[in-house]
Amino acid sequence: MIKLREIAHSRTGDKGNTSNISVIAYDAKHYPLLKAEVTSERVKAHFAGVVEGEVVRYELPNIAALNFVMTQTLGGGVTRSLALDAHGKSLSSALLDMEIEDAPGT
Amino acid sequence: MVRSIRIGSGAGYSGDRIEPAVELAEKGGIDYLVFECLGERTVALAQQARMKNPDSGYDPLLEERMRAVLPVCAAKGIKIVTNMGAANPHAAARKTAEIAKSLGLPLKIAAIVGDDVLQACKDGDLPIMEFDGTIKQLGNRLLSANAYLGAEPMAQALSGGADVVITGRASDPALFLAPMIHAFGWAMDDWNLLGQGTVAGHLLECAGQVTGGYFADPGYKDIPDLARLGFPIGEVGADGSLVITKVKGSGGAVTAQTCKEQLLYEVHDPTKYLQPDVVADFSQVNVEEIAPDRVRISGGRGARRTDTLKVSVGYIDSYIGEGQISYAGPGALARGRLALEIVRERLQLTGVKSSELRFDLIGVDSLHGAEVSARAGEPYEVRVRVAGRTESLREAVRIGNEVETLYTNGPAAGGGVTKSARDVVAVASVLLPRDLAKPSVRFVEA
Repeated sequence: MIKLREIAHSRTGDKGNTSNISVIAYDAKHYPLLKAEVTSERVKAHFAGVVEGEVVRYELPNIAALNFVMTQTLGGGVTRSLALDAHGKSLSSALLDMEIEDAPGT
Repeated sequence: MVRSIRIGSGAGYSGDRIEPAVELAEKGGIDYLVFECLGERTVALAQQARMKNPDSGYDPLLEERMRAVLPVCAAKGIKIVTNMGAANPHAAARKTAEIAKSLGLPLKIAAIVGDDVLQACKDGDLPIMEFDGTIKQLGNRLLSANAYLGAEPMAQALSGGADVVITGRASDPALFLAPMIHAFGWAMDDWNLLGQGTVAGHLLECAGQVTGGYFADPGYKDIPDLARLGFPIGEVGADGSLVITKVKGSGGAVTAQTCKEQLLYEVHDPTKYLQPDVVADFSQVNVEEIAPDRVRISGGRGARRTDTLKVSVGYIDSYIGEGQISYAGPGALARGRLALEIVRERLQLTGVKSSELRFDLIGVDSLHGAEVSARAGEPYEVRVRVAGRTESLREAVRIGNEVETLYTNGPAAGGGVTKSARDVVAVASVLLPRDLAKPSVRFVEA
């Protein structure tokens, strides 16, 4: 097992009560591995206690990236949240801590 | 007809650094300088300011930014486009004209007005998208309603000879799309060009976020010289071709990685990025490093725009009270947890009325919650944080007070209390039929 951080980078964005997290392969050869390992279900489980809504995954093969859209995640919305990190900007770092199957050749 | 233009991005939010825009104007070889300074709820806050003083309600840093860049922009013929007008673009234009005059610069300033659609939203009693309710049901808590305008009125202002274009609420990418439409004469139904132009605007609108800001992760993603981060330049061709770059010698980096991260920033379905001018499609975009700090972006597309405009509705949602205190050394975590238990019980005993409470240990679980954080080890120090939502400022104050009294009534060796109470101006959205927003251009001469 390796950490997602070893093969991918990530950025979080916010709109209202929805957070999106991109997961981008450093090397396009790892895109199939990302697709197989980093599923909506696993992301939702990884963010237990954070994501209260659903997780939808979008695929961008041209740039070897996945985009996860997580609803009901930002404490009722960025502008009214009680959270210290109301935007959820730090969430990408939590996702990169996910463990995935080792990739051949890494 | 112009074949290509260079657009600099001088600010990615209202409080952004001042001098990168000056560097862009002096050394970037740019034709346009765009400042994106208007956050989601900033218009509502600015509207509150305008209600107190009719000549205010625009961006508080407008004067400082304009004084910094107007002389060099005037000397080089660089046109400025910005949403620093916030809740009062006309006053912002008058102020900018006054500054230009004081600097001896004969500039033509344009204000875009008409994004304020509060009356139309009230008349239609439009439904709120984020929760059950309508505009009228917000009652006297309603502060503002501003439509995200498209690029057309800004492009008209540029075509009318404006040196500086100041809008209130407009879509952020539209600030960048406007110079393209003006310079290249793009048709407002050429959806693929508008889509690719939106890709350009989206990559540029957060300024330093595409040149290495919000990116560095030492040992994995290293970025040089973030203290002197250079802001981006988009080289756009009349055919929609696009290269993202920055001033040579400035800090930061433009790489395929920085561009990919920013491409997906705040994007949901990449095939449908809803904009007032177009439904942009980012899903087929290609990102290619062609030279150091030069990245070519191609493949943005678009489809017909929707019949409605998104409207940002500002309202007073509630009040938030908060208190913090720190514990350190052996047993810090246990004392922090004890402190949280005490405050939880005190808020009940003393009958503080709140609709939502949050108990955090900063350094342990404040960012990602107890479940995600469970696998980490014990820290040397922790900071207790209690926050609560109330219906009045008076109740909100009581939450911080219950943290403060831990000094003399709580666990051993608690220090460094801070407390605060504030009203919460939140935003929600409604969709307004497009023809009910009637933007127009007003010129002010310096």
